[in-house]
This record gives sequence, C-alpha cells and structure tokens, in this order.
Amino acid sequence: MSPGHYLALSALLFTIGAIGVLVRRNAIVVFMCVELMLNATNLAFVSFARMHGNLDGQIIAFFVMVVAAAEVVVGLAIIMTIFRTRRSSSVDDANLLKY
Amino acid sequence: MSPLNQGVLAAEIPAPHIEYGQLGPMLLVFGVAVAGVLVEAFVGRTWRNTVQIPLAVLGLLGGFVWTIALAWRGTPFHVAAEGALGVDGPTLFLQGTILVLALVSLLLIVERRQSHFTAQASALPGSDAEQETMAAGITQTEVYPLMMFAVGGMLMFPASNDLLTMFVALEVLSLPLYLLCGLARRRRLLSQEAAVKYFLLGAFSSAFFLYGAALLYGYAGSVRLSVIAAQITRDAGSETLLLAGVALLTVGLLFKIGAVPFHMWKPDVYQGAPTPVTALMASCTLVSAFGALLRVYYVGLEKMEWDWRPAMWGVAILTMVIGAVIAITQTDIKRLLAYSSIAHAGFLLTGLVATSREGLSSTLFYLVAYGFTTIGAFAVVTMVRDSGGEAAHLSRWAGLGKRSPVVASVFAFFLLAFAGIPLTSGFTGKFAVFKAAIEGGATPLVVVGVLSSAIAAFFYVRVIVVMFFSEPEADGPTVVAAPATAAAVALGLTATVVLGVLPQPVLDLAGTATSQMFVR
Repeated sequence: MSPGHYLALSALLFTIGAIGVLVRRNAIVVFMCVELMLNATNLAFVSFARMHGNLDGQIIAFFVMVVAAAEVVVGLAIIMTIFRTRRSSSVDDANLLKY
Repeated sequence: MSPLNQGVLAAEIPAPHIEYGQLGPMLLVFGVAVAGVLVEAFVGRTWRNTVQIPLAVLGLLGGFVWTIALAWRGTPFHVAAEGALGVDGPTLFLQGTILVLALVSLLLIVERRQSHFTAQASALPGSDAEQETMAAGITQTEVYPLMMFAVGGMLMFPASNDLLTMFVALEVLSLPLYLLCGLARRRRLLSQEAAVKYFLLGAFSSAFFLYGAALLYGYAGSVRLSVIAAQITRDAGSETLLLAGVALLTVGLLFKIGAVPFHMWKPDVYQGAPTPVTALMASCTLVSAFGALLRVYYVGLEKMEWDWRPAMWGVAILTMVIGAVIAITQTDIKRLLAYSSIAHAGFLLTGLVATSREGLSSTLFYLVAYGFTTIGAFAVVTMVRDSGGEAAHLSRWAGLGKRSPVVASVFAFFLLAFAGIPLTSGFTGKFAVFKAAIEGGATPLVVVGVLSSAIAAFFYVRVIVVMFFSEPEADGPTVVAAPATAAAVALGLTATVVLGVLPQPVLDLAGTATSQMFVR
C-alpha cells in the first residue's frame, strides 16, 4: 500500500478528533479527542518518514508520545480537581468566567 | 540477519555534540526546577519556602548573568546542540528579557504577607481539609519548581531551530502554566475553571501546531527551519502541503500570543488564574511566544512572505480592533487588562508584518516595554483588596484616587503607558513598531493601529475617571502594600518611565542584537 493511504487516514483521524473537541461536552471525551489528533499526527509523521526514506519522522513520533503522556498526567489532574468540586466534568457547566 | 542490517548495526552511532556553555541559561533554569522537585520530596514542610525561594532567585539571576556573558563576547551567531537550538542576538535578547521579567513576577509569587496560592490544591474548596491546611499555615511550594519549568520552556521556545524542539518547548512551557492557573487561594472555582479551559484549548492548539509541523516535514523532509526555507527557495515539493502546514502551524503559534480569532482563552484564563501567574503569562509567555513566531516567520518562511503576509495583515487588524472594542464593555479589571493584552498582541504583529530588521528590533523593544508595564499593572491589581481577596470589579475601584492617591496614580500611569501616551514606554514601543511597519509598506495597518489605540485610550481613561472622579464607597477596598509586591510595582514603574524618557540605550541594544537577524 502506498503511504498516501496512511496520510488520508491520518487526515481523517485528525478531522474526527477536531470535530470531537468542538462538539463533545464531557471534558474527558474532549481530551480523548485531542489525543486522537496527536496520534493522527504521529501517523502522518511516520508515513512521511517512509515517503522521504529518512528516520526523522519516526523519531519525532517517539517524542510526541512522551509529550502526550505528560499531557495526560497534567490534564487528568486538572479535570479531576474540577470534577471533585463540581461533581460534573461537563465543559458546559464550567461557566463562571464569561463575557 | 541480512548483511545490510549487520552493516547498520556495526556502524558506530556518533554521540551528539552539545555546547553546554552556550546553553547555560536554559540548563541552569531546568536544573533549578529539578532541584526544586527534589526539595519538595526531601525537605520538611516548614523549611521548603526558605529553600525554594533562594533557589528560584539564584536560578533566574544566574541564568540572566550567563545570558549577559554570552552576549558580551561578541555577537553570537551560531547553532548549538546539533542545530536544534539557535544562539543568536535576538534569542539572547529575548531570553534575557524573559529572565528579568520572570524575576519581577517571582517577587509577586513569593509575597508572604498575602499568599496568592492555595494551601493544598487537592483539598476541596470549602471543605474541612481546606480549613485545616489554611489554619496550619501551609503554603503550596510546588509553585516554584512549576514556575521554573515554565520559564525553562519559555527560554527554549524562541531558541528552537527546528519544529520538534519548538513543540517540546511549547509543551514544557504550557503544562506547568495549566497547573499554576488552578492554584488560586481565593475564588478557587474560577481558578479551576480557568485551568480546565486553558488546558483543553491549549492542548487543542498544540495539536494543530504539531499537525502543521508534520505537513511541513512532509513538504521538506525535515523539520529544521533552515531546510524548510531552502526547500521553499528551490520551489520544489507539494505546495498544498506547504500552505496547509504553514496555516496549521500558525494557528498554534497565534493561540499562544492570543491573537484574534484564537484569543478566547485569554480573558477567562487571565481572570481566573492567581494574579502573579497572570502577570507571568502576560509578560514572559507573550515574549517567548512572539520570539518563536518571529523565528518561524523570519527564518523558515521568509521566502513565502507574499503568501502569509495578507493573512497576517488580517489577523493583526482583527486583533487590534476586536481587542480594543471588546475591552470597552469590561467591568472586571483583570479581564480588561486581558483584552488590552490582546490589542497589544495586534500592535506587535504589525512589527512582524514589517519583515525587516527594524521590524524585528522594534518588536523586541516593544516586548520589553510591554512586559514591564503589564507586570506592574497586575501587581497593583493584587494590592487593592477587600475581605474576599482582590477587589477585581471595576466598580469597587471607584474613588481609589482619594483613598490611596499614590497607588491610583501609579496605576493610572501604567494605563497611560498601555494607551501609548508620550513619555511612557508604551509610546516609544508603538512608535518604533509603527515606523517599521510604514517602512515595510504596511501603512493601512498602521492607520488601523492608531485608530484602535484611540479606542483603547477611551477605556483606559474610563478607568482613570472611575478612580479619581467618583466618590469612594463606604466599605471600599483597602490598599495593602506588601514589600515584595511594592518592589515589583516600583520596578515596573521605573522601567516604564526610563524606557519612555530615555529609550535609546535599550533601542540600541535591540538594534545590536538584531544586526545579523536570526541564525539559520
């Protein structure tokens, strides 16, 4: 299979993730959609690495995985604290700051 | 195993060559951050503050001295760490600025007389556990290592010479800031909400940044900015990948500086975060993110100027106008300063659009001037307090000029500097970027800039009128002038006056720093 198919899949996953962030209400699901976007990026990096025949893209994918893991730690901690206070992780309920 | 594989395995992998001396400021700050984490783990609770504060001060001060030393020995102009980081005039200038501004913000963070940070972030607001920790006089000292990690990331962000390093720096600076936003002592629900919003939107935007980097990698076969620039010059590769990549990358960068239409997080986060953290974000993060934006556009995308310039024009105009217009309706002083910060991001973008050496040096000067003024303004906000903490609502500031003329006058002076009145640093900064923009052929942009400055002046003057020409409330807020905060205000004020009256030395310094532009 040509790498082009993987690129199309990566673009599709990225779009699904971006739409998910915009339409979903639960902070955890929103966050999962962001992770989906990061993984779509990884797929793009690896496919491009295959197309260019160098290893940069594959190495970058490792970096992205580590950064994404760190982001999960921080993100879940923040979502946990707001859930414990409000008993809800809906992003619509957090509405004290506006205008 | 095939002979080819054996060959690969037998070949020696050369160890990367790292210029530790050149990267000293960054390494020092990161080292202090790691040491701070160890202090949290091994030093008793009562001693942590006394260890953490000198450690943080030493780290920032040492980093600053090191930066000066690097700049002193001729104008440095080379890449370090196998080309991943650039050490050049603009970078050192930005790093020095970030370190000084971080030191001034640290003054607000260390304030003991009125702690801004929660005793224990994990204790529920209003719970018994929270009462107990408050009564025990515990303070959250994790703030210092978190701040040092954030500052380390900020130093790395404008220095990154490839998009991967830039992405890692972006995350290293953002992740601690997300946490810091949620640590306010009072109005904790607002603070936590700010942290969630900042985190979700920040993660969203960095995903865009990364996908842009992936597309540019697909275009050029490397994430190094110089290789991308060379590929653009050669006019080879898929233009679709290039344009889409640049667009997505720009979304990520513009989010960090808070340019319209990616500004929605700024008012919420600035309002909800503890005010010292807001001061840190409004000054250091802006300087750092602008440095990265300048490097990407001046090094990587210089040759496709005609493609991105119209888009940047649009963003700059929208940012200036929308920031200034929405600020008029604000009633919360921190939100007002946030919208003012959005408008200033727009003024700074005119310096980027100029795409010249003057544009770069005037932007650097503007960043210094604005950074000091904004820290000073937020420091004053922490001083005006009532029983519930900071009195952030504008109506509570009524008659402050009668109650406490000195503080009100200082704040009025900062507002005039934001508005760009002559003899303040704001005027010199705006004059420099607008002049560079006119020379760069962006006269309409400057006209819009001047008009939106006039709109902005309206709401700054409105605050001054509220402070000086209305009657104070009977139960109005009191002004608490704690020593460290007062020192931060004094530094901000001094810089605002000096850069307004005698700007030439710093203008010259910015000019010298940009004499060779960015290293490739």
